[in-house]
Amino acid sequence: MVDRARIRNFSIIAHIDHGKSTLADRLLERTGALSERDMREQVLDTMDLERERGITIKAQAVRLEYVHPSDGHHVLDLIDTPGHVDFSYEVSRSLAACEGAVLLVDAAQGVQAQTLANAYLAIDAGLEIIPVVNKIDLPSADPDRVAAEIVGVLGGRPEDVVRVSAKTGEGVDELLARIVADIPPPSGDPDAPLRALVFDSYYDPYRGVVCYVRVVDGRLSSGDRLRFMATGETHDATEVGVLTPAAEPVAVLGPGEVGYLITGVKEIGRIKVGDTVTAVARPAAEALPGYSEPKPMVFAGIFPTDGDDFVRLREALDKLALNDASLVYEPETSRALGFGFRCGFLGLLHMEIVRERLEREYDLDLVATAPSVAYRVMTASGEQREIRSPQDMPDPGEIVSIEEPFVRAMIITPSEYVGAVMELVQGRRGEMVNMHYLGPERVELTYLLPLAEVVFDFFDQLKSRTRGYASLDYEPAGYREADLVRVDVLLNGQPVDAFSSIVHRDKAYQYGRAMVERLRELIPRQLFDVPIQAAIGSRIIARETVKAKRKDVLAKCYGGDVTRKKKLLQRQKEGKKRMKMVGSVEVPQEAFVEALKVDR
Amino acid sequence: MTAPDSPELADRAAGWAGAYVHIPFCARQCPYCDFTVVVGRDAEADRYLEALSIEIASEPPWRPLDAVYVGGGTPTRLGARRLATIVETLADRFGLASDAEVGLEANPEDWTPEMAGELAAAGFGRVSFGAQSFDRRVLAALGRCHTPADVARAVEVARRAGFGSVNLDLIYGHPVEDARSWTTTVEAALGLAPDHLSVYALTVEPGTKLWRDVRAGASAPDPDVQADRWEEVQVRAEASGLVRYEVSNLARPGHACRYNLTVWAGGQYLGFGVGAHGFRDGVRRANVRRLDTYLDRVRAGLGAVQSSDLVSGAEAERERLMLGLRRAAGVVLGQGGEAFVASDEGRRLLDAGVVEVRDGRLVVLRPLLTDLVIRSVLG
Repeated sequence: MVDRARIRNFSIIAHIDHGKSTLADRLLERTGALSERDMREQVLDTMDLERERGITIKAQAVRLEYVHPSDGHHVLDLIDTPGHVDFSYEVSRSLAACEGAVLLVDAAQGVQAQTLANAYLAIDAGLEIIPVVNKIDLPSADPDRVAAEIVGVLGGRPEDVVRVSAKTGEGVDELLARIVADIPPPSGDPDAPLRALVFDSYYDPYRGVVCYVRVVDGRLSSGDRLRFMATGETHDATEVGVLTPAAEPVAVLGPGEVGYLITGVKEIGRIKVGDTVTAVARPAAEALPGYSEPKPMVFAGIFPTDGDDFVRLREALDKLALNDASLVYEPETSRALGFGFRCGFLGLLHMEIVRERLEREYDLDLVATAPSVAYRVMTASGEQREIRSPQDMPDPGEIVSIEEPFVRAMIITPSEYVGAVMELVQGRRGEMVNMHYLGPERVELTYLLPLAEVVFDFFDQLKSRTRGYASLDYEPAGYREADLVRVDVLLNGQPVDAFSSIVHRDKAYQYGRAMVERLRELIPRQLFDVPIQAAIGSRIIARETVKAKRKDVLAKCYGGDVTRKKKLLQRQKEGKKRMKMVGSVEVPQEAFVEALKVDR
Repeated sequence: MTAPDSPELADRAAGWAGAYVHIPFCARQCPYCDFTVVVGRDAEADRYLEALSIEIASEPPWRPLDAVYVGGGTPTRLGARRLATIVETLADRFGLASDAEVGLEANPEDWTPEMAGELAAAGFGRVSFGAQSFDRRVLAALGRCHTPADVARAVEVARRAGFGSVNLDLIYGHPVEDARSWTTTVEAALGLAPDHLSVYALTVEPGTKLWRDVRAGASAPDPDVQADRWEEVQVRAEASGLVRYEVSNLARPGHACRYNLTVWAGGQYLGFGVGAHGFRDGVRRANVRRLDTYLDRVRAGLGAVQSSDLVSGAEAERERLMLGLRRAAGVVLGQGGEAFVASDEGRRLLDAGVVEVRDGRLVVLRPLLTDLVIRSVLG
């Protein structure tokens, strides 16, 4: 057990690409947790995808042994947090395991939306914040301006902002000293009943579920019989330990200590992040606060391009879910796309990550429907239903009212783009809450926006209208009633379920128009005219026609090219096999993929 | 009027023996042409003739030929005397059937009374003129140098020399052609009372100048416009007594091209010359496509064949259907046809009136959709 007074638990919070992982590496290196030679770049990001995208999906915890120049030996627990808002519940649990946070801001880019979102989470959690400007070695660095921005947002004095270059190591020693000096040691009673917070977990194929825990009160010992207070399950602590970053078993974790716990549980769903672990022999009366179930916010149908891959897709989702308790999915059948799954995600990034992992790690070729959100529908029978897929929307006659989820969106942009951002947000039914100048040239805008508008290409639009300078973050902000309708798309009179979408009535025409025009380009000519219609209920709001094919023959076939013509026709024949029949209309697989692309 | 085309004719051609001779020489390269041609090498005509003789002499003995087709390129670049020699060489080697069709392709501007007379005397009875259009603007766009008047004169010259069968080739659907231009072309062509019309949709073949132009943004032929053009020519030609017997070919009774009938019926034919193809004893052969290689190899006694493929079983059945479906008379159902009409797609095409089964034959009722049918049949 480590002396509480010698422990400092902290996280690094930062906007994407502001250098969190590089700083973590440097801290590991400076404290001797890793020799420079052994070190894989960016140790904390273990998944390939995380490395490529520069984000951290799963939090991890590393113990650093640090000798302060004047104050001697300390144990620093660095708790890594996911940088993205999609994982804000996970972020909040990780922060709950800390007493302090290093707020890292890029010296060239300045404060960004995720910086703020995470900083507010840290402030809400009562953490001591050490502001740090990173990348001071960059030619474009402007540490003074950025320090002033940070002070403008968080208060404090510019001279208290630590200036580092995680890349060169400059300023890292000062930062370590500040961590010890500024962040308070954990409190907690070693003799009270055990309370430990599960702030993360992952699935290890050999050890089963590994929990990351922070002991708040009491002692967590190997061999203890434990109770998980939210789930009510009891398990034995088969192993407890710390990560240095290699796993090192210890006999006991005391108050304030951070480490791992293995219980032999094999299903990740049975361990809930945010749960409180206590001892069966002497249970705590009250769990630690803040537990909630992760709630999917964005939904999409995911289908294998090749129907034969359905079983492989199911297996791949099962495997991904082993390590991702927030991924939910249930089988879904589409007349157009066949058998697949309706999946729920924490947000857009989560959706993208899952999809990319399915395609990359499991070699699947997928079609995803347009992302949707969870609507609350009040029916005439007085029932409230949650609708996650346009197909499940009741008939208009049965609907009394529909509510849709809203988010509070924070956008930080250079002031010259404020007009462009306002125009975009107003077009997305946004309502301004606040506008705040972070400095003379940078503005923070806060809006209430329907989530459905955000999941639909909003981020890309924001980036393109601000030349990539704006950043976005959002958090749930409840439900509001809205005038929503389901727009169906019909091919030759038959609705194509995959193309249905729930949209605001004011935008229904625009959406329907865009879909039919897009499909007219994508659907090849058939033997007969194919009407493509967009409809609300039985009312047609847009129509295009793919005219019947009149000519499909090679002009010549003479003795010299029998073989060539045969090969050409054979090749075309192969292309035909990738068609899906929607009623009597042949639709190429690519048409679904193209028509469902969000970037329209 | 006797039936212009019949199942019997379509099937009888399967038993014919044909020969194709390729003459690659041209005065210039047409922008849409992807045949094996050489420009500015007429001086090698004698060497080429010599190589052809060697190639013909080294072909194993065969039956008398029912059809000889001298195509190109521009066969007339070789001169009448050499063309006569080719026919003699073939006749000496294989013999000619008493009713054999001996034909050649010719450019209207090269066709003189002297040449026509010599060729007729050598046994040629069929000539096919590359008329292409009777609109000067279209001719210019197609890179052709003759005038509409040249075509009329050439036909007249051929008739006088005693050619019993005259064909005109027409090309439709060039973007500069409009509806009136096409009507004028069809009427002018029919006004010359040809025995045979080949009407081809302008096709953008990979590697041609036309293809490069289209890739660079020039307008491509519009398939709907081409469908209109095709439909128009059918109506007008039939009124003049020409009947369609293949997707792109119409003829007066008794004038269907025997050589092509042989190809479409799955009959056998020999191929001589650079880039020529043959089909004998179930083997498809292709000659080398470069003139120098051809000349060197043949004269070195190495033969001109670059590839040969045995076509049998399912592959032969596919070819039979692919070729036969282009015929107005259709094709005997057979194994592949039976399977097709029993399939979902087959039933769909039958219901839609695209094909029908008539007296045990599968017939395409909408010839412009033939490839769509073939792809389904290839199943």
